[in-house]
Amino acid sequence: MTELAPSRLSARDVLRVGAVGLRARRLRAALSALGIAIGIAAMVAVLAISESSKADLLSSLDRLGTNLLTVSPGQSIFGEEATLPDTARAMTRRIGPVEALSATGTVAASVYRSELSPAAETKGISTLAADPSLPATLGATLADGVFLDTASARYPAVVLGSTAARRLGIARAGGGVQVVVGGRRFTVVGILDPVTLVPSLDSAALVGFRAAGRYLDDEGDVSSLYVRSDPEDVEDVRSVLARTVNPEQPDEVDVSRPSDAIEARAAAKSAFTSLFLGLGAVALLVGGVGIANVMVISVLERRSEIGLRRSLGATRRHVGLQFLTESLLLSLAGGVAGVALGAGIAGAYASSRGWEIVVPAVVLVGGVVAALAVGAVAGLYPALRAARLAPVEALRSV
Amino acid sequence: MSAVLEAEALEKRYGSDVAALRGVSLAVEDGELLAIVGPSGSGKSTLLHVLGTLERPSAGTIRIDGHEASTLSERSLAALRASAIGFVFQQFFLLDGRSALDNVADGLLYGGRPLGERRARAEEALVRVGLAHRLEHRPNQLSGGEQQRVAVARSIVGEPRILFADEPTGNLDTVSGQAVVDLLRELNRGGTTVIVITHDRELALDLPRRVELRDGLVELDTAA
Repeated sequence: MTELAPSRLSARDVLRVGAVGLRARRLRAALSALGIAIGIAAMVAVLAISESSKADLLSSLDRLGTNLLTVSPGQSIFGEEATLPDTARAMTRRIGPVEALSATGTVAASVYRSELSPAAETKGISTLAADPSLPATLGATLADGVFLDTASARYPAVVLGSTAARRLGIARAGGGVQVVVGGRRFTVVGILDPVTLVPSLDSAALVGFRAAGRYLDDEGDVSSLYVRSDPEDVEDVRSVLARTVNPEQPDEVDVSRPSDAIEARAAAKSAFTSLFLGLGAVALLVGGVGIANVMVISVLERRSEIGLRRSLGATRRHVGLQFLTESLLLSLAGGVAGVALGAGIAGAYASSRGWEIVVPAVVLVGGVVAALAVGAVAGLYPALRAARLAPVEALRSV
Repeated sequence: MSAVLEAEALEKRYGSDVAALRGVSLAVEDGELLAIVGPSGSGKSTLLHVLGTLERPSAGTIRIDGHEASTLSERSLAALRASAIGFVFQQFFLLDGRSALDNVADGLLYGGRPLGERRARAEEALVRVGLAHRLEHRPNQLSGGEQQRVAVARSIVGEPRILFADEPTGNLDTVSGQAVVDLLRELNRGGTTVIVITHDRELALDLPRRVELRDGLVELDTAA
């Protein structure tokens, strides 16, 4: 009598045996892996696209800084529009950590392409008086021409926001292009790029405070103060701003931080993302059900193979492992294909938007792991069924 | 000579009133070639399954190669099948889409041998059954007789002490069936104990020893 060496199946052989079943039924394997691939691709693409867009927003924030505060008049306790006191600018400048300060003021004047334009066609363009330091304070750049300077601020010169320029049909500054502001001709000296931190400037026509007083009979009460402070002290400045600007009625002053709006936009994208992520998860679930389905059929079809393997010395565990491995290999193939597809979609989308492509490694690894988890769950029941099948039962079934 | 297989008072009941085996005792010496023969319903298939440890008896004991099968765990029984027992089935049970060589190599799969060795021994086994020219052929490219010879190669590649052949010629024409029987005889001459289960009396009469089964009992044992 010889000592019984236990039946063994090395990890490599487990993989081999698992792959055999798939190779024998390629089309079926490919289709069931496709189900998983679609789910994973959807999830990876959604995550990577939202990450790329968030990274784009945040990188623009980095560029523009989060240390800009906006002061605007709120409402009086009677619900009327309040105004900022004339002293607002001078008082604010006295706050220690304030590094830059610019103001704009609302001017009651409509802007037209020419005197012949119908009066009703204001095109939604507002006129604002602006300090020459405005672009520096806001991090705004010019698409063409120059901004107002201390000289041109006294003369009928105007700088158009990007949207305003488009609506007026003006592509370039200089060359003596003029528009009609409040019934007077103003020369367009510059056109702004879109202003990320203060989008309301995009549809504005900007003139100097002096020019506003001299040509438009409206000195332009300060309606917005833009305050750039030391990044360390933003919150401190914020807490004293209202009281400094209007010591008598600090309640009538609104202080906001435009970068908060951008961060909120980034966060809102995340909320949107979870919706799509949920849809991707449903697709993945359906893919998992597909795999379970294919595996159950496979166990039924291959009863004689199971019986044969038991007669060759396979234990229940070996048979169960074989089918579980098959399911895991299916989902692994689907997961890898899905991750590649999803990353590709995200990359194409991001580059079409001119974003930097951000595909977090955790998403790539997570996609494959999620696929494997689905494969494990989907394969468990069929594998148990295969393992429980009595050898005689399995051999008899032909 | 020593007994490689000893069965004592084997009983197998399904439910309370179906008795497939009703007390079968059988001793097989090392190197024997015998036929277990009987009409359908005589219990011969059940006897094959019980002797081959694919199914546990309701009562009685089996000793295979010195191991008391009735006391072994499921895992040890699997090990016993992997090392000491070979099976040839009427339906061949070859895996489609895999070469003859791979099918035969699977006979060693659960013995923990590396793939290279399994394939080398599989090739030897295929040479032994006369299929040296069919190594890379797939089952659907082989005739029935050739398929059964591949199955025989798979059953002997692990050099088992006992080879069970369940109706090995049942799906074959006379000529290929005879070839398979000749192959089994040849293996037996090489030292393998071969037990053929069949309902074919003619085939059984040809073999050195014949155990006739009827209604779950041994009716005749030419060695007794």
